[in-house]
Amino acid sequence: MSLIARREAIEGYLFISPWIAGLLIFVLGPIIASFYFSLTDYEVVKAPVFVGPKNYDRLMDDRLFWQALKVTTIYVATSTPLGLVLSFATALLMNRKVRLLGLWRTIFYLPNLVPAIASTMLWLWIFNPQFGLLNMVLRYMGIQGPLWLGHSKWALPALIIMSLWSVGGPTLIYLAGLQGIPTELYEASEIDGAGAWVKFRFVTVPMMTPVIFFNLIINMIFSFQIFVQPFIMTRGGPRYATLFYVLYLYQNAFQFFRMGYAAALAWILFLIILILTALIFRSSAIWVYYEGEVRRK
Amino acid sequence: MDATEKEIVGQEIAGAKGRSYLRRRKVRILLARVATYLALLASSLVMMVPLVWLLSSSFKDSGRIFLFPPQWIPNPWRFENYPKVLEQIPFIRFFWNTMLVTGVSMTGQIISASLVAFGFARLRFPGREILFLVLLSTIMIPYQVTLIPTFILFRQLGWLDTYAPLTIPYWLGGGAFYIFLLRQFYLRLPLDLDDAARIDGASTLGIYWHIVLPQSKPALGVVAVFSFMVHWNDFFNPLIYLNTTEKYTLALGINLFRGYQVTQWNLLMAASVMVSLPCIVLYALAQRYFIQGIVFTGLKG
Repeated sequence: MSLIARREAIEGYLFISPWIAGLLIFVLGPIIASFYFSLTDYEVVKAPVFVGPKNYDRLMDDRLFWQALKVTTIYVATSTPLGLVLSFATALLMNRKVRLLGLWRTIFYLPNLVPAIASTMLWLWIFNPQFGLLNMVLRYMGIQGPLWLGHSKWALPALIIMSLWSVGGPTLIYLAGLQGIPTELYEASEIDGAGAWVKFRFVTVPMMTPVIFFNLIINMIFSFQIFVQPFIMTRGGPRYATLFYVLYLYQNAFQFFRMGYAAALAWILFLIILILTALIFRSSAIWVYYEGEVRRK
Repeated sequence: MDATEKEIVGQEIAGAKGRSYLRRRKVRILLARVATYLALLASSLVMMVPLVWLLSSSFKDSGRIFLFPPQWIPNPWRFENYPKVLEQIPFIRFFWNTMLVTGVSMTGQIISASLVAFGFARLRFPGREILFLVLLSTIMIPYQVTLIPTFILFRQLGWLDTYAPLTIPYWLGGGAFYIFLLRQFYLRLPLDLDDAARIDGASTLGIYWHIVLPQSKPALGVVAVFSFMVHWNDFFNPLIYLNTTEKYTLALGINLFRGYQVTQWNLLMAASVMVSLPCIVLYALAQRYFIQGIVFTGLKG
């Protein structure tokens, strides 16, 4: 290596050294430590005691673990697709060469600008069974509204409804994608006599699949990690109906001080997210279209 | 009518048909426009109603918030709800705490991520591609996996109940996503100026500071607004690391406020409006950066 190249390399390492330090201290180190802790009994005040896979064994018999997994899965499996469809539909509307696009965009994005703590308080108030906006509106229509967050059947749907308020984020991502579709494609298909539906089905959707794919992965990972809303609004209740996974992990780590057990919970979550992401990536070969890509048969 | 007659009649009305076809097509386009606007209007109404409700509740008298049917325009207006929040919780103190944490973390992220991104984009060193792949893969790791050992590390260091855990980590690398974003931006900047400066004897750090940074204001703006939002919003980290009330950030402070005896919804809504204001003002001032950031996330992420 020449002197100049060596100097450049040294400088390169120096420039990225903060990240290297962060990687070792806050990512790689903790990942290894977390796996080790998951094999121990660790109550913070005493040193960890190695117990092997006992924590994972206990997880399998822990009804609350399964409950947390069930609640989170239902939430992810409903709020993610609903959010994707709604935000896609909104983006399609905004892409129809409407006037005042900036205004519509701002209106839809506004809920994303409200800090989680504020929107959580707001929805707590909206879902108030007696005086909240939602039940007042229902009462107007002669319907007796449910207890929402106070009822084990309605608390989870309430949180799903609330999550749909922030579809503005993905909407803007879709809109940017739609605006990037070359108009020649539409013109060409019009010459071939394609109607609105055919253009949507065979131009818009295929061209948008990379964006759909991205939103799907990001929203899924985010939904799995929901914490603030159940922590403040329901504390996991009523009757564990909103015991989300990360909430249960938090309770184990910072309320019951079962650090080893919480580490095992974290690793299971990691594996679930990893497997789901890998599955979506795998499936993407079938349904995601990248421009310039040669399809393999 | 037999087939030939039909044909003749058909030819006679063909001209009229063509005109009416055009008219019908126009009507259909107009209807589609109207439907688009109606759908947009209806859905934005649904998005806005909670916000209007938030604002309206925050200005209401404590008795009026329970009225049925609900009052949309407060009567009387209770502007004193806002100062009242400042009396009931140390809001100003929480505000400055949040500002401090957000400011220090944001600065750290901007400086550190831009340095690292510069290294990855502009300098050649063995292992660069592999390290960059490692960086990208860390974006996927859920926060919870590293949570417990990190907490224990900070506890050993005696950093619990200080702002160190909320700020210092962001000075080390500044987050993989931001590094990625800045690197992509730097890659597109022309190299001519770098070379010219190097011939003039500028150091690498000088090139970073005098040439690359001034050109990358748009990308740094994106990092700044997103970093601000994330730290301003953060609830989880302050929750696990801060114990003393005086050190609370706004998110924790508002949660504390809600826990007081009976919930005073009008005051709680006023506090929620106040914590949201900086974010909304930031959006009004820097909308461009928000949009660019969102577009980047979706299309290159």
